[in-house]
Amino acid sequence: MSGGVDSAVAAARAVEAGHDVVGVHLALSRMPGTLRTGSRGCCTIEDSMDAQRAANVLGIPYYVWDFSERFKADVVDDFIAEYTAGRTPNPCMRCNERIKFAALLEKALALGFDAVATGHYAKIETDAAGNRELHRASAWAKDQSYVLGVLTAEQLAHAYFPLGDTPSKQLVREEAARRGLSVAQKPDSHDICFIPDGDTRGWLAERVGTETGDIVDRAGAVVGSHEGAHAYTVGQRRGLHLGTPAPDGRPRFVLEVRPKQNTVVVGPKEALAIAEIAGSRFTWAGEPPADPAEPFACEVQIRAHADPVPAIARVSTDAAGSAELVVTPETPLDGVAPGQTAVVYVGTRVLGQCTIDRTVSAVPVDA
Amino acid sequence: MAARATVYLDHAATTPMRADAIAAMTAALGVVGNPASIHSAGQEAKRLLEESREQVAATLGADPIEVVFTGSGTEAVNLAIKGLWWQRQATAPGGSGSRPRILVPGGEHHATLDTVEWLRAHEGAVVEELPLDELGRVRVDALAAALDRDAASVALVTMLWANNEVGTIQPVAEVARLAAAAGVPLHVDAIAAYGQLPIDLHALRAASGAGPATGLVAISVSAHKIGGPVGIGALVLDRSARLEPLLHGGGQQRRVRSGTQDVAAAVGFAVAASAVHARLGEDAARMSALRDRLIAGVRAAVPDARLSGDPDPAGRLPGNAHFSFPGCEGDSLLFLLDAAGVAVSTGSACQAGVPEPSHVLMAMGRTEEDARGALRITLGHGSTEDDVDAFLAALPAAYERASRAGLAARATSFDR
Repeated sequence: MSGGVDSAVAAARAVEAGHDVVGVHLALSRMPGTLRTGSRGCCTIEDSMDAQRAANVLGIPYYVWDFSERFKADVVDDFIAEYTAGRTPNPCMRCNERIKFAALLEKALALGFDAVATGHYAKIETDAAGNRELHRASAWAKDQSYVLGVLTAEQLAHAYFPLGDTPSKQLVREEAARRGLSVAQKPDSHDICFIPDGDTRGWLAERVGTETGDIVDRAGAVVGSHEGAHAYTVGQRRGLHLGTPAPDGRPRFVLEVRPKQNTVVVGPKEALAIAEIAGSRFTWAGEPPADPAEPFACEVQIRAHADPVPAIARVSTDAAGSAELVVTPETPLDGVAPGQTAVVYVGTRVLGQCTIDRTVSAVPVDA
Repeated sequence: MAARATVYLDHAATTPMRADAIAAMTAALGVVGNPASIHSAGQEAKRLLEESREQVAATLGADPIEVVFTGSGTEAVNLAIKGLWWQRQATAPGGSGSRPRILVPGGEHHATLDTVEWLRAHEGAVVEELPLDELGRVRVDALAAALDRDAASVALVTMLWANNEVGTIQPVAEVARLAAAAGVPLHVDAIAAYGQLPIDLHALRAASGAGPATGLVAISVSAHKIGGPVGIGALVLDRSARLEPLLHGGGQQRRVRSGTQDVAAAVGFAVAASAVHARLGEDAARMSALRDRLIAGVRAAVPDARLSGDPDPAGRLPGNAHFSFPGCEGDSLLFLLDAAGVAVSTGSACQAGVPEPSHVLMAMGRTEEDARGALRITLGHGSTEDDVDAFLAALPAAYERASRAGLAARATSFDR
């Protein structure tokens, strides 16, 4: 229970369904802030108190479990390392993968619980053979199956999402009010929970420092400078402050981040188009395809709020035996950054995912 | 799993209010009158207040005028440390800044640690942490050496009478002698010890050869740890000692603590204090026997469990047992015991309820893993053999499960 309205209503529904429910708030920092600020929805003492008040209203016990060491190592340090390597991580996914449905789940199972229930908007369905599948929520506008795409069959076996069938967030808020939960009108959280003011670039600069480097075009010509390549994300347009205009006067976008050379590559929007993405860190959310090496039709989604795109996917294994999930979108994708997660869907079902290691541009350099 | 605790073994956090204290306090709540008022109603309130002060003073070997009621034990500690600090700065013969040192053992309660840290950050105090031995007892030789290094520069010494987490009784008499000999004031936080050990300000001052305003001058206590109400504590301040008040206003209580005095809370406090004091020796003996039964039972059930604090029964608070369970998180054990209907403590938790590795164990030189597996079980005056046996019955299964859950920081079977 983060202290937000979703997990409070999820807990209420779990209680109402007759389960034996205990509220757990994750302590993710040893030095939490006191009061909620801006659009953060967790991690302060006020949020912890909100969660406890919700548990009180539901009449369930409530505990705070400290996962601050794991969170720092697996989410925060990973976030810094990924940016430092020129990649664009999704820390919420890492948290689901390594904390909520790993460290927390394992502790809960050992202590005698059967499942971890969260306020995520996603559904778990069971196929004819009894295998559990992860599906999009009924309300696509609120669907959070993307950030759960990292879960495996073992994790899904102990996951429970009571909000999966709710048509809208507004109904969840109304239900919270009806149940007397004080968090009914609490604002949604948007930002990364461990970056209090939402200033990712400033937060990173404090931790990895700044170093002036070149901004170059695809031909290698220097067109500007920056204070640290790690602050840039593929597809980014704002904040480049380029002194030299592009020959055609059109806006330029970040195409690539090269942390080793501390160089940022920019170019025209069409050069962002990606024809193929691949990643060696892939998982299946439940039963894998019968023959993953055989190309299969799917849809691929590369951000939490991006539209899915029709694609063909397959697992390709090289001579040395190392495998990667290769996804070819029907039409090229814009703004794909290494480090992002590509989640593969078949209909509403999440089939699996990979962390993107490499991309293939749809546009030759001299185009 | 949702069972609520029916066996309460966390009396060091707070202990149930005594029925006689509730009765006296609720009756006093009906009394109209500000004890500072001159009319008859005020005089009646004042009579109740001062009778209560006399009763509390009698349990602490102090004169009534030496008992300053506060809003909590924490306020008493703050008043003693900050009040003495400012008074000692104002009267330093060498002038401002010549008396900056505060000597304080490691492993103190946060009321002390955070107060001296505030004085360090805001008032230029030089905080010198005195080491603890492996049992949690302050190293008296280190204190003696620190005082020898220029006693004139020491503003005050502050320490616990007995540690609230591991129950170790501190060598208060020796420290009082050293402070008296050095001409330095000593404050003792007796909140955990009060009601379990005899505390006598005048006797200890006489035995330690304390001069005016030096040696043991102040003792902090709290009502709710002995069966009185929450919301009232006291600073026992020797009549020779002066300190700067924290609260300014009507000048009540020797001008040390302004604010309308809480007559009903004082009455509840006094009834509890008198009742506990009257049976101090026999209750302590009874609790010690229960505690020894508990410690023996834990050792039999979990041979790997490590007792923290003094293994000598005479060296620890009669109501305190404290163990580290290797390979377990204290909060897992707490959860499982709570689910089994037994309330215990991990020792320390911050504001959000996040269990932290005990700073007391860390100060005693223990490892963080050791400190994470800490569990404090504390008895009160109403504790019974049945309570101890219920805890011992629930412990093996809880320990077995908590061991399986292991340490939160380790890798899990879900990691890839």
